[in-house]
Amino acid sequence: MRHIAPFVCGLLFALGLGLAGMTRPDKVLGFLRLEDPDLMFVMGGAVLVTFLGFPLIRRRGRAVLGPTLHLPSTTRIDRPLVLGAALFGVGWGLAGLCPGPALTDLVTLDPGLLLFCAAMLAGLALAPRKRDSCG
Amino acid sequence: MLPYLSPLLGGIVLGTAALLLLGLCGRVAGISGIVGGLLPGRPGDRLWRLAFLAGLWTGGLLLLRWLPTAIPQSLATGRITLIVAGLLVGLGAGLGSGCTSGHGVCGLGLRSRRSLVAVLVFMAVAIATAQLTRGGVL
Repeated sequence: MRHIAPFVCGLLFALGLGLAGMTRPDKVLGFLRLEDPDLMFVMGGAVLVTFLGFPLIRRRGRAVLGPTLHLPSTTRIDRPLVLGAALFGVGWGLAGLCPGPALTDLVTLDPGLLLFCAAMLAGLALAPRKRDSCG
Repeated sequence: MLPYLSPLLGGIVLGTAALLLLGLCGRVAGISGIVGGLLPGRPGDRLWRLAFLAGLWTGGLLLLRWLPTAIPQSLATGRITLIVAGLLVGLGAGLGSGCTSGHGVCGLGLRSRRSLVAVLVFMAVAIATAQLTRGGVL
């Protein structure tokens, strides 16, 4: 069960991305170019669920399959956060790909996508380590 | 079908996946964090991360079979741009402690001020970048 649960979550996550249109970089670029508002509803639907549901899990204080909720504890708005988000924004705006959709689309084994994902892993490995990450 | 219905449904499915991962496993569904934890030299607990990735790829294969228009067969963006973009996405998500899923879907649900700042910054910068490169500057 401990490994079936994350498997099912990953599967649902990919299906959600696909249904939402997030797995299509052309669609994402259209959204970022302010030509296609559809993807606003993706964030709206997703945050609606987490905004209502996460506080209930937090109040319970533990997960069903384990004692700990691994939540980030940093609250400081610092330079790495803002600089990192800005660099991320440039990359996302260039290709219309962020980590979840890029990894999901990798099932086609498209060479361009393989390059993107390899570079993304290299970028993640290059970033200074922190104890506390939201992922 | 209404044009925004499938994005909204997709978003709800995404949010539900994040809700289940936190509720069942106690983990935040931030893709860059999940994958980052698999890099060499990072501390243990790899199995749930691999299981999540296996699920993600299984989902991708199901989409390829049942909703093939959702998965692009090739990308319009050039190789050099894809490499630069990938590096920036990885570096930025690592430095900024999260990506669209971690800060966007999960962080906002946790009412995190850090995530709100990150989302506002990366949305604004991504929109600016996409506008500037509209004609294919790179």
